[in-house]
Amino acid sequence: MTINHYIFLSVALFCIGIVGVLTRRNAIVIFMSVELMLNAVNILLVAFSKMHYLAAKIINPATQAGIEGQLFVFFIMVVAAAEVSVGLAIIVMMYRNIHSVDVNFLNRLKH
Amino acid sequence: MGITQILFWFLTALVLGSALMVIFSKNPVHSVLWLIVTFFCISGHYILLNAQFLAIVNVIVYAGAIMVLFLFVVMLMNLNAETEPQKNKWLKFAGAIAGSCLLLVLVAALKDTDAMRQEVLMKTGDIGLIHNLGMVLFRDYLLPFEISSVLFLSAMVGTVVIGKKGD
Repeated sequence: MTINHYIFLSVALFCIGIVGVLTRRNAIVIFMSVELMLNAVNILLVAFSKMHYLAAKIINPATQAGIEGQLFVFFIMVVAAAEVSVGLAIIVMMYRNIHSVDVNFLNRLKH
Repeated sequence: MGITQILFWFLTALVLGSALMVIFSKNPVHSVLWLIVTFFCISGHYILLNAQFLAIVNVIVYAGAIMVLFLFVVMLMNLNAETEPQKNKWLKFAGAIAGSCLLLVLVAALKDTDAMRQEVLMKTGDIGLIHNLGMVLFRDYLLPFEISSVLFLSAMVGTVVIGKKGD
């Protein structure tokens, strides 16, 4: 597989996430779309890391080039886990205050 | 067309299909379940790239912990009825058009670049194994690793403060 397959896969996944954020109004589904976008970036990072590794391996068979890409995916997962816990706590608080998770009711700053 | 190509296209179709189901299901519980399917397929992609550690972490963290959290919140709010009020039809249409325009622009911009022909190493290569990742993580990236523990602590404190019944 060449790298463009992976690029187009993750671009498609990212755009699906964007369409989800723009068209849905349930806060939880919007949040899930954000997770989809994060995962699109993760796939792309891993694919680029393997591409870079293959290019460096031809010169030096014992290389470890490209390992940083996979480590950054690990750190993205760490940050995503923290983000999800805080975000869901905010959604629970919002539900407790306005008894809905519809983001269109969150317009109090407009008035 | 080898087994790797077949698996790649199969997993790609499954990822995109279930991601579309996530955003188009009316019921939030169904969205959560489709998102779990998406994460398992993404783990399959990682295994295909021989990033075994990330595949396992993806299953444990995303499909395990995060999705259970989502499902728990959806059940807690009793959202499984199909009660989502309908958004303005034109607004939905505009969102879909905007997303597809972004897709179109990105694909058109990336279609003909030369670097796109580079091969990706599938199935072999040992940089994704936990031994090598752990060596680099604890040697070169020790400080970010420790800082992420502080991030988790602050996320935990923030969650408790936000979720506390009070005021």
